[in-house]
Formats: sequence, C-alpha cells, structure tokens
Amino acid sequence: MAFTFAAFCYMLALLLTAALIFFAIWHIIAFDELKTDYKNPIDQCNTLNPLVLPEYLIHVFFCVMFLCVAEWLTLGPNMPLLAYHVWRYMSRPVMSGPGLYDPTTIMNADILAYCQKEGWCKLAFYLLSFFYYLYGMIYVLVSS
Amino acid sequence: MFHNHRSGPSQNPVALHPSGPGYNMAHQPPYNPTQVKGPMPPGPGLYNSGPYQPVPLVGSYQAPPGQPMLHRPSMGPPQPMTPPQSASPGPGLRMPPAQATPPPPVSANSYYQHPPSWQYGAPPPIGAPPSMAVPQHGPVANHVTSSPSPAPPQLSVGYNAAPPAIHNTMQPLGPPATLQGYTQPGSAPPMNSMVAPQSYQPGMRVPIAPPPTMRPTPPPTGTPNATPPPPLVPKTDGHIQTPGNGAPFPNSLDHLETGHTMTGPAPPPGPPARHMGQSYPALPPGYQNTSAPPNASPMHHPMQTPSQPYSHAPQQYQQTSAGPAQLSPSLAGLSLQSQTPEALRVVNLLQERNLLPPGPISPPTPCLPQDLQKINCHPEVFRSTLTSIPQTQSLLNKAKLPLGLLLHPFKDLTQLPVVTSSTIVRCRSCRTYINPFVSFLDQRRWKCNLCYRVNDVPEEFMYNPVSRSYGEPHKRPEVQNATIEFIAPSEYMLRPPQPAVYLFVLDVSHNAVETGYLDVVCQSLLENINSLPGDSRTKIGFITFDSTIHFYNLQEGLSQPQMLIVSDIEDIFLPTPDSLLVNLDECTEMVQDLLKSLPHMFGKTMETQSALGPALQAAFKLLSPTGGRVSVFQTQLPNLGVGSLKSREDPNQRASAKDIQHLSPATDFYKKLALDCSGQQVAVDLFLLSSQYCDLASLGCISRYSAGSVYYYPSYHQQHNPAQVECFQKDLKRYLTRKIGFEAVMRIRCTKGLSIHTFHGNFFVRSTDLLSLPNVNPDAGFAVQMSIEENLVDMQVVSFQAALLYTSSKGERRIRVHTLCLPVVNSLSDIFAGADVQAITGLLASMAVDRSVTASLSDARDAMTNASIDSLTSYRTSVLTIQQPGLLAPACLRLFPLYILALLKQKAFRTGTSTKLDDRVFAMCQLKYQPLAYVMLMIHPALYRVDDLTDEGALNISERTIPQPRVQQLSVEKLSREGAFLMDAGSVIYLWIGRNCNPNFLTQVLGVPSYPAVPQNMTMLPELDTAESQRTRAFIGWLREQRPFFPILHVVRDESPLKASFMQNMIEDRTESALSYYEFLLHIQQQVSK
Repeated sequence: MAFTFAAFCYMLALLLTAALIFFAIWHIIAFDELKTDYKNPIDQCNTLNPLVLPEYLIHVFFCVMFLCVAEWLTLGPNMPLLAYHVWRYMSRPVMSGPGLYDPTTIMNADILAYCQKEGWCKLAFYLLSFFYYLYGMIYVLVSS
Repeated sequence: MFHNHRSGPSQNPVALHPSGPGYNMAHQPPYNPTQVKGPMPPGPGLYNSGPYQPVPLVGSYQAPPGQPMLHRPSMGPPQPMTPPQSASPGPGLRMPPAQATPPPPVSANSYYQHPPSWQYGAPPPIGAPPSMAVPQHGPVANHVTSSPSPAPPQLSVGYNAAPPAIHNTMQPLGPPATLQGYTQPGSAPPMNSMVAPQSYQPGMRVPIAPPPTMRPTPPPTGTPNATPPPPLVPKTDGHIQTPGNGAPFPNSLDHLETGHTMTGPAPPPGPPARHMGQSYPALPPGYQNTSAPPNASPMHHPMQTPSQPYSHAPQQYQQTSAGPAQLSPSLAGLSLQSQTPEALRVVNLLQERNLLPPGPISPPTPCLPQDLQKINCHPEVFRSTLTSIPQTQSLLNKAKLPLGLLLHPFKDLTQLPVVTSSTIVRCRSCRTYINPFVSFLDQRRWKCNLCYRVNDVPEEFMYNPVSRSYGEPHKRPEVQNATIEFIAPSEYMLRPPQPAVYLFVLDVSHNAVETGYLDVVCQSLLENINSLPGDSRTKIGFITFDSTIHFYNLQEGLSQPQMLIVSDIEDIFLPTPDSLLVNLDECTEMVQDLLKSLPHMFGKTMETQSALGPALQAAFKLLSPTGGRVSVFQTQLPNLGVGSLKSREDPNQRASAKDIQHLSPATDFYKKLALDCSGQQVAVDLFLLSSQYCDLASLGCISRYSAGSVYYYPSYHQQHNPAQVECFQKDLKRYLTRKIGFEAVMRIRCTKGLSIHTFHGNFFVRSTDLLSLPNVNPDAGFAVQMSIEENLVDMQVVSFQAALLYTSSKGERRIRVHTLCLPVVNSLSDIFAGADVQAITGLLASMAVDRSVTASLSDARDAMTNASIDSLTSYRTSVLTIQQPGLLAPACLRLFPLYILALLKQKAFRTGTSTKLDDRVFAMCQLKYQPLAYVMLMIHPALYRVDDLTDEGALNISERTIPQPRVQQLSVEKLSREGAFLMDAGSVIYLWIGRNCNPNFLTQVLGVPSYPAVPQNMTMLPELDTAESQRTRAFIGWLREQRPFFPILHVVRDESPLKASFMQNMIEDRTESALSYYEFLLHIQQQVSK
C-alpha cells in the first residue's frame, strides 16, 4: 500500500466532485426558484453565469489529471461529459460576459425544462462518479 | 346572491335580454319557493354542481360521450341555497334615502320601481346590520366612476344606445335569417354583441377615439341628475330597465368596440350563404350537410330546430321567457350546434378554388352557452388558437395544432367600464380578479374559476353601484364584463405613480441631416406638443448625437436652449442632471424654440460617425430615476463607442443564399441595456430611417426587451421618397398622441392544469406568467403559447385572465383585466371544429420567427409546412371516417394551407427572392409584435376590384357610404386588364391599374385622361367630385381608419418599379423560387397520404 500520484488524483477528484455535486444542486435549486417565481431571471442568471466556467474547468482539470496518470477506464466515462461541456459552451447565446444563461430566454418553458433536466442528469453523474472515485482511490491504494 | 350566479343568468332568460315586467313575473316562482332560512353552508350537493355550475350548460349541448346530461336539472333555479328571500319589499326602498344621493334616474322606468317583485333587490343583507350596511358602501367608497369628464351627452350615447336603433343601423350587415344553415357561425357573435342592448356605462371611457358616431343618440334621459357623477345611472330605455338584473351587461363587447370596428368583420349579407351553399357541388352527398363525424353526433340535440340567427336572439328570448327556465340553455345549445357541421364540413382543397369568404374572416365562436359567450372577451382583444381546449396534452399533440392565446390588451376601446373601488376583489390564493366566469356559491362566497378556491365576498362588494341595490354581488360590473378597468388603490404602487416622461434621442450626423427627417420630427412635435398624453407633471427632454452627445438645457429662465456637448463617449455622464428633463408645461416655449432651431443647427455638419450606444446610455441615465419613454431616431449603422456594429450583410447573397445568416444580434450590448432600462421602467422606441444596412437584428433588441416598438422606413429621404415621408409623418403623429401606459406589468393567469410555455412580443419575461412592460402602447400585440400540464378532466370550461397593471399618463394606477372563457372538449373532431385558422397562423408565424433565429430559416420554413401537413394528416386519420381521394380539410381549416404558403412567401421567411436583411428582420419583428388583425393583412393581403364599386351592400358609417367589394384571390388570374385592383397589404396599399382600364375610372377616379398619363409615382388619389372617386376614396379611407398606422397608397401600372412588389404578393401564383398554391397543395397531399 503506497500513496501514489494516482491515488492523489483520485482523492483530489473526490473532493472536486463533491464540489461539483454542490454546483449541480445549486443549479437545480436555482431553476426551481425560477419556475416557482421566487427570483427575478436577471438576478438568477447573474448568480448562475459566473459558476458555469469554474464547473467546467474543475471537470477539465481532473480529466487532465487522470490523463496524466493514464487512468483510461476513469477517463472514458468523463469524455462524453467533457465533449458536452465544450459543445454547450460553443453554442451559447451571444453574450459579452462568461456564462450560458440569458435572462431573456431562460423563462421559456423548453429552456427551463432543459436546464433542470441537465441539472438532474449532472447530479446523478457526479454522484455516481463520486462513489466510483472513492472505489478507485481505495483500489489504487490497496493494489499498489 | 341567493343562488349560484351561473345558474341565474344562464337559466334565466331575464339575464339575457331583460325586457318587460313579464320577466320578473315569470321568474318569481322558481325563486320564491326555495326560501331557506339563513345562508346554508354549501352542502355536498352544491359542491358537486357548484364548482362547475356552467358545466351542465355546456354539457347540455356538447354532451361528450359519457357525460351525463342529468346535471342540468340539478342546477336549475331552485337552488337549495337560497337564503331568506322572503324579504319584505322594504329593503329595496330603503336604499335611496339612506344614501342621500339623488334617486337614480332610472326611477323613471317602471320596472325598476318594482323591486319587491324582483328578488335580488329585496332581501335584507344577511348578517349585516340592516341599516348601516348600505350607507357605508355608498358610491363614495365604492362606486363605478365615470370617465374623467363624463359629459352628459357622451354618457347618453353610451347609455341610450337603444337596441332597436342599433338594429336599424346594423340590419344591413346582419346575416339574413335565411342564412342559418350555412352562415359562418363565427360571423354571428359580433353582430350579436352589436345588436344586444347597450348596457350601463359606469365609467365610460372615451380613451382616444371620439364617441362612435354611428351610435344613435336617443334623448339623454339619464342626465337630469348630473350633480353626482352619473356613472351609476342605469339605462333609460326599455331594455335596461332592470338594472339590478345584470342583464344589460353581458354584452361587454359593446363597450369595447365602436360600432365601426365591429362592422369590419361582419360579412356583407347574402354572399356568404351563396358562397358556402353553392360552391361545393362536387362533394359527395354524404359530406354536404351531415359531415359531422360520428363521434360528434352526440352533439345533435334531439330538439334540433333551425337555429336562430343571433340578431334575432332578443326576440327569441322574450318569447321563451315565459316558459320553463330550462328552455333557454337548450336553445343556447341549439344555436351552437349548427356550427359544428359547418366548421367540420369536409372540403377537398384540390377541388375547391374559391375558398376565401367575400369579406373579412371572423373568428369562430367558442362553443359556450350563449350567456357566457355573450359576456366573453372580444376576439380582437383576446383570442385563442383553439376555441375548444383539448382535455389532455396527448389529445393536443394528436391534433397537431398549436395551442396559444393572442392578445391585444391595450387596444383603444371606445367604451370600457372603469371601476373605482377601495378593495378589488381577487381570489385569495391565485390572485385572480373576480370576473364573469366565477361562480357564486351563495351570496357570501364565490368560487375562483382558475384555482377553484372558495373566497368570501367582501361586504363592500355586496352593494351594486350600478343598480344601487344591495345583495347582488353577481350584478356588479366586475362580474358582468369580461373586459374591465380598475383604478388601483395604493397597494398596487411600489412607488408614487411616475409622471409621463418623454425623451427624444435624435441622430444628427451628416447622413441624418441629409435625409431631412429632423424637419419632420420637429414639425410633428411642434404640432402635437400639446396633445402628448400627460398631465401637469409631464417632462420632456432632448438628446442629439453624432460622434459626440449633445444635451439641451431647457431650464426655465434661460433666454434660449443651451446645448451641452459631451465628447467623452467612453464614460458618459450627464452635464446638468436636473435641467435636461424639464416640465413641459413650464418650459413649453423653450422646447418650441429648440424644436424650431434644431433642424438648422446641424445643417452644415460633416460628422459622419454615429455613437448610438453612448447616446442610449446617456438616455438611460437621464431617465432611470423616473422611468419613461425614449424615442430614438437612427439613420445609419452605429459605428462609434460601445454598441458599434459592423455591416454583416452581403448583398450578393440576398437571393442566392441557402440559409440566411445574421438574424440574431451581433452583440448583447443592446439587450443588456434594454434589460437595465426595463428594470428602471424605461422603454426605448426605435425609428430606423436608413437606406443602408443598419443591423436591425442587433439594434432591435433595445426595443424588444424594453417593450418598445420599432418603426422602419427603408430608403427614407425628404425629396426622393415623398411617400415614405408622408407615412413617417402620419405614424409619428399617431405615435406621439396615442395612449400610453407607464411602468406596466401584465400577468396572464389560466385555469389550473394549463401553463404558459412561451411568450411572443416585445417585453421582458420576469417570471413564468409575468411580463415586464416599461411602457405599454395600444398598438402592441402579444402571443402566448400554452401547454396542458395536467389533464383537464372534470372541467367543462377553462378561463384565461390577462391583467395589465399600468400607470396612465395622468398618473393613475390602473388595472385592465380581460377574461376569456373556453370550453374543454375530449374529442379530436371538437378540437378541429373549434380551430381558429387566423390565430393559428399568427401564432405559428411567431413561433417560426423564433425558430429562424435560434435554428435556421430553412428549419422554420420546414416547420411551418409540417404544421399544415401534420394537422391535416391528423384530421384525415383520426377524424374522417370515410376516406376519399383529394386533400381533405375541415371547413374551419380550409385556409390553413393557403396561409402557410403565404407565410412562406412573406418577406420574413421567403427565400430565393432578393430580400434585404433589415427588411426581413423588420418583417419578423412585426409578425411578433403586431396585433393579429394587422399580421393577417401582412401575411395574406386583401385584393379588391375597385373599378366597379357600387353601393350595393355598402356600409354606412357616420353618413359616409363605404362600398364593400368582394375579396379576391391573390392570383394574377383574377386581375384583368380592364379593371383596377386594390391590394391592402397592411402597411401599404397598392392600386393596380390594368392597361385597358375602364377610361371612366381613369378620368373619374385618377383624374387622368388615359392610361399612359397615369403618373409613375402616384401616391394619392385626387379629390374629384364624382361618385366613383368618392366611393374609392371612402373605401381606402375606411381601410386606413381600421389600423393605427398609415398605409401608403401606391398607384401601380405595368411599367412601375413597384409592380414587382405588387406581384410578389400574388401568393397563389408560381414564382421562380416558390410553389404555386396548387403545387403546394399537391405537395401537402402527397405528404398527408403517405
């Protein structure tokens, strides 16, 4: 049993995924608030938009780490999400600031439903990967 | 109320058309025997029928399979709820003295003087201290106000419009009785509402338009007591005499429309029937009359008799009034049943060539009991794409028709009931305003028709200021009018109502001066400076800009306006924040000085740059403390400072490009600024006068999200384009003087189970059902896409309510509420029968605009084509039982493929034809922002032959005779060289003169000796003193009056450059790049029968 770089990566990913889970929950709550009229879409977009890039960067960051330690099996499931993030950010509306959400279109029922679904899917993904990283970390620690 | 509100009017013919004492007598028995001591809590029985009191009525004729029709008896008049009605006759007499107000003028009429015989008026207020209640709630605290200056003559106009007189006026329009079977069912209701007796006009507003001249004005009998505002004055003619009866009110539409507008949609008599009846000889007999598919057959009431044309309704009801009260709903049902076969009559589009009705197309009537329908919101104000709402989303999906609402909430109404009340009665849980479609469980409680919560009726509401009687909450104007305006108390203000503030931001670069538009703007403002809506607090300001921003200090005391130039456009600041916006009353002279000198000030400018972005920022800064309206005049692409844009259009790609690029904004600067503006209650209206590309797609955002309006005058030039100048002048005049509402919000509520999907129009969506409208103007239309979230099982009707809260230019906070009630159906055939093809087209156009911006234009075009294919496929597979060759459509959707084709050929969506990007984007803006009536003209212009106008079937409006030529199909085949044709395309009117045109027409109307002498750029008809000229000008004038903007008239002859744009509107014909109508039908048929 040794503390390898791979184990460190898994530990870091574990912590970061926990953060991402919070991000996803935050998004879900935010869109729910929009749907139930508690918040003004301008304010809500202003709070959500700055969080989009950090989330994507965190995800990219540990993807790169896994790439470095050649954990292909772990990298595999993360690649589609990475690609999705790239696509999502490329196809964002015309905006001068960072972020994805446009207060003028966010109240459209389709977009709101899409964003909510996206939030739930990501939450599920991050939760699963959280446990996977936990397993991965222990596995790496034990096997090496 | 002692019985359910629903059951009252509906069961009770009195409610429909009050007229003689016979009513009172006739209905006494049903009520009196049902006396019960004390207000009973609603028993379970009541709840069963209570929530949906209207249900049985609907059910009685709709009778969806499985719907027990036994309901009806249960909700008859003998409601077990009736509290003590025995009521000595006394209370009725008590009131007038108690109030120390002059007796209602109505007292002249004998019926009102029999309160004892009328149960409503009689009962003592239950549970209320008998003597105190009435005075407390006298008109002071709670009354229906009159308009600010209710001149007696005006009132009398409203009040006295006696049905008989109206009958006379309208008679020529009404469908003759013989049409019954085939009359377009939809055409009747407007007539009906017109004919129906005029009701009280509590606060008759005469917003802008003068009192309708066509209303007869019988002697103003109601005026003697002019001392207190006569709002409460009930009617004085025979029909209104039972004021407590509520009967006169149902025809809320009357208040809404001038007779004039109403006449528009009414088809001339005769032709419809002939057209409908005779032009389908090829149909198999099975389809001719009985085309209602089997599953619709339950609709046929056993008692079917020829339904009465609506105009005869009053008589009909008078006759039946003596009979059992149940008779009236069944009759109401009867007249509606006849509509189903017509709307669903199968039309083979490939065989029928003349699909267009001869006159304007009227919206279908919802299948509601007549009393509800009569009270319903006018279709020009509030309209649904499906007048029968499907029960489930899956049913809606099956029908493949879009569900949505089209609104024109701030439309200029000549008559609008206005209510002042210290408490506005609203549902406690969903905040719905009380409306005609709520049900009264008993006198003290009402059930919300949106969320079904049971609410208390406030004490104040028990007093009816119209009849001045107590204990008739269901007779209050709020419950009798689907469109009503409240003067809001202070709870509805977040801050003191803002004053009217107008800021003009004018482009004065070289390009702008070159076009000469400054003269027109300054001249129009000078002329209309006193008619700007506002009060003594009205403020005005000016900003001009080129590469720098110029402010004008108009402070009182200066000898002349002082110009302050700010050249630091990177960080804009206000030089003297206090004196740039000045009170209009105090500084009129200074403003006039400025307006006189402004056009010459920049005559020699060589500045070509335009810093629009910084100028807008300055305007925002200037207005943000108060809110208000910014009018921006821009003549070129902004190219300096923030928000500068680059030309994105490649002129060579206009015609050839497969897909149109750059329909979405290039920068979000204007959007973000608009959102800031919206937050501070500032709206920006954009006037674009440019000959070059201006990137309207980006600039338009400033108006779109701040609820402004966009005007576009391509190739505007003082000398070179006089027609455009005239158009600009007229539009500007309307713009400056039209009504305006400030710091407005509009909320749209709908019955539980329905939800709002998307909004279309100019606004910012602040929450799921709330639109933020910094300004609202009477020319703005909105569309709303709806979805069905929960199944509407057990519901017979659903309601929609649009409430617009705004600050009037006089600084009053007001709420205008429109409520629409529609039946719920559970069969596809019923959905198709209730489809409103114009509304569907309008909504699809809005959806297609969104699609072309978010996806691509070709996507949007495909989506529109698919919409028609899908709905016709669904009709063929699910509704039609007998398959036959051809392209089959229900009669109500027979124009659908034509309108879709028209949309595909519309400037906004056409491909293959050279279309400037700005023109296209402007057309898209208009499709989303214009009210439906004007959108339809844009999509499918009306073509008339005008060289043979006659007075046959003409309208007669205020002593002018307006000929009503037939609407022709838009095909060159309909043009003839011997004729002259007028094409009304909404914002432009073409008069096409055939080469061999009748010389008589040339000389008598155009004032030219021969065809070659017709001038190339003729935009006006000479005022000749001939019958032909008068007829033609009357007709064109009438067309123009029907819309708030000014369509230019172009006389087109064969050599005219405008001939191409005239011909482009011939949408049924083939062009190099687009299918003809017949080809399009074949394409659809191919897809449908796949």
